[in-house]
Amino acid sequence: MVFLILKIGCVYLAGVGFGLIVNLPYRALNLAGISGVVGWGSYYLVDSLPNTGIGIANFSGAMALGVFAMIVARIMRMPSILFDVPGLVPLVPGGQAYELIKNFATGHYSEAWNYATQVIWIAGSIALGFIAAETILRIVHQVTTYRVAFRKKM
Amino acid sequence: MKNENEHYYQLVINTCLLAGKIMIESGSDMQRVDDIIYRIAQNAGLRNANAYITVTAIVMSANPDIAGRVIDIKRRSFNLTKIAKVNELSRQFASGQITIPVFFDELKLIEVQNDFFPLGIQIVGAILVSGPLVVVFRNNWIDFLPSCLVAALAWILFYFLNRYVNIRFLSEFAAAFMIAGLAALLVNIGWGHNMDDIVIGSLMPLVPGIPLTNAVRDLLAGNLVSGPARGIEALISASALGFGVAVGLHFF
Repeated sequence: MVFLILKIGCVYLAGVGFGLIVNLPYRALNLAGISGVVGWGSYYLVDSLPNTGIGIANFSGAMALGVFAMIVARIMRMPSILFDVPGLVPLVPGGQAYELIKNFATGHYSEAWNYATQVIWIAGSIALGFIAAETILRIVHQVTTYRVAFRKKM
Repeated sequence: MKNENEHYYQLVINTCLLAGKIMIESGSDMQRVDDIIYRIAQNAGLRNANAYITVTAIVMSANPDIAGRVIDIKRRSFNLTKIAKVNELSRQFASGQITIPVFFDELKLIEVQNDFFPLGIQIVGAILVSGPLVVVFRNNWIDFLPSCLVAALAWILFYFLNRYVNIRFLSEFAAAFMIAGLAALLVNIGWGHNMDDIVIGSLMPLVPGIPLTNAVRDLLAGNLVSGPARGIEALISASALGFGVAVGLHFF
C-alpha cells in the first residue's frame, strides 16, 4: 500500500516534469501532474481486476485521461492538449519498446516480434481510449445543447 | 471606402494565418488550428472563408475580391505556452476586448519572443520524468538516482545539439547513444544495478509524445494529410532513438 502511494507520487512528478520539458504554462503544471495520476490510476485499477489484460487497462486509462483533460480544459479555458500530453507519459509502452529494439539489435527476432505486437497493441488501445473519450464528451455536449434548445422552445 | 475594407480584410487573413502558423509551430493539433482560424474569420466578419491547413503550409482565401494568401511553416517544436497564449487572444477577440490590429501585433510579439524555460528547469524536468518512471514501470528503487543522472546529462547534450548543430534527428540519435554508453558505464563501476531499467528511464524525456498524440488525433479528426505526416515524423524520431540505443548496446 505504501508502495502504491509512492508510485502515485512518482506518476505525479513525471507529469509535472514532462510539463517542464514541453514548456507548459505555470498554472497548468499542477493539473498536468494530476491528469497523469488520473490516467495511470485508472490503468492500475483496471489492471489489478481479474480477467483483464494490458489492452483493456490501457484503454480505460487513456479514456479516463481524455475525459479528465477535456473537463479541466473547459474549466480552465485552455486547450485540452495541455493536460493530456503530460498525462500520457506514464502510459507510454517504454519498457516494451526498449525490449523490442534490444532484441532486434542482438538478433533475437522471435522475441522482438513478441514485444512488437505488445507495443502495437498498447498504442492501439491508447488511441481507442482517446476516441472513446472524445465520443463521450461529444454525446454529453449534444445532449446538453438539445436540452437547452428544447427548454427555449417551451 | 472599398479600398479601406480590402485593407481590413487582408489584415484579418494575415492574422488568421499568423495565428495558425504559431499554433502549428508550437505543436498543436490540426482541429484546434482549424477551429481558431475559422473562429477569427467569423468574428471579424469575413465571408466565405476557406483555409487549407497542413503541417508545412496554410493557404487561405475569402471573398472573391480579396487575394488569397499562403504562409510557410518551416520548423516545428513543442511550446504549449504559445498555444495557450494564442487561444487566450482568440477568446479576447471573440468577446470584443481587442481589435484586429492589436491582435495582429500581439501575435507578432508572441511569434518572436522566446519564452522557453531556462536550461536548469528543463534539466529538472528531465530528471523528474526519468527517475520516477523507472519506479513506475519496473518497480526498481535502486536505479532511481543513476537514471536521473544519465537523463540530466543526456538532456544537456540534446539541448546543445538542438541549439547549435540543428540537424533534425541527429540530436535524438546522439542522446540515445550517450544514454546507452553512460548506463553501461554506471553499471560497470557499480553505481547502477540494472542497465535496461536505467536506459528505459533515461529515454522517457526524449520520447516523441506530442507528435504521436497529434498524429492519432489528426487521423481521428479526418485530416488525412497531416495525420500520416506527423505519424512519420514521430516514427523517424523514435527510430533515431532506437538506433542510437542499438548502436550503443553493440559498442558497450
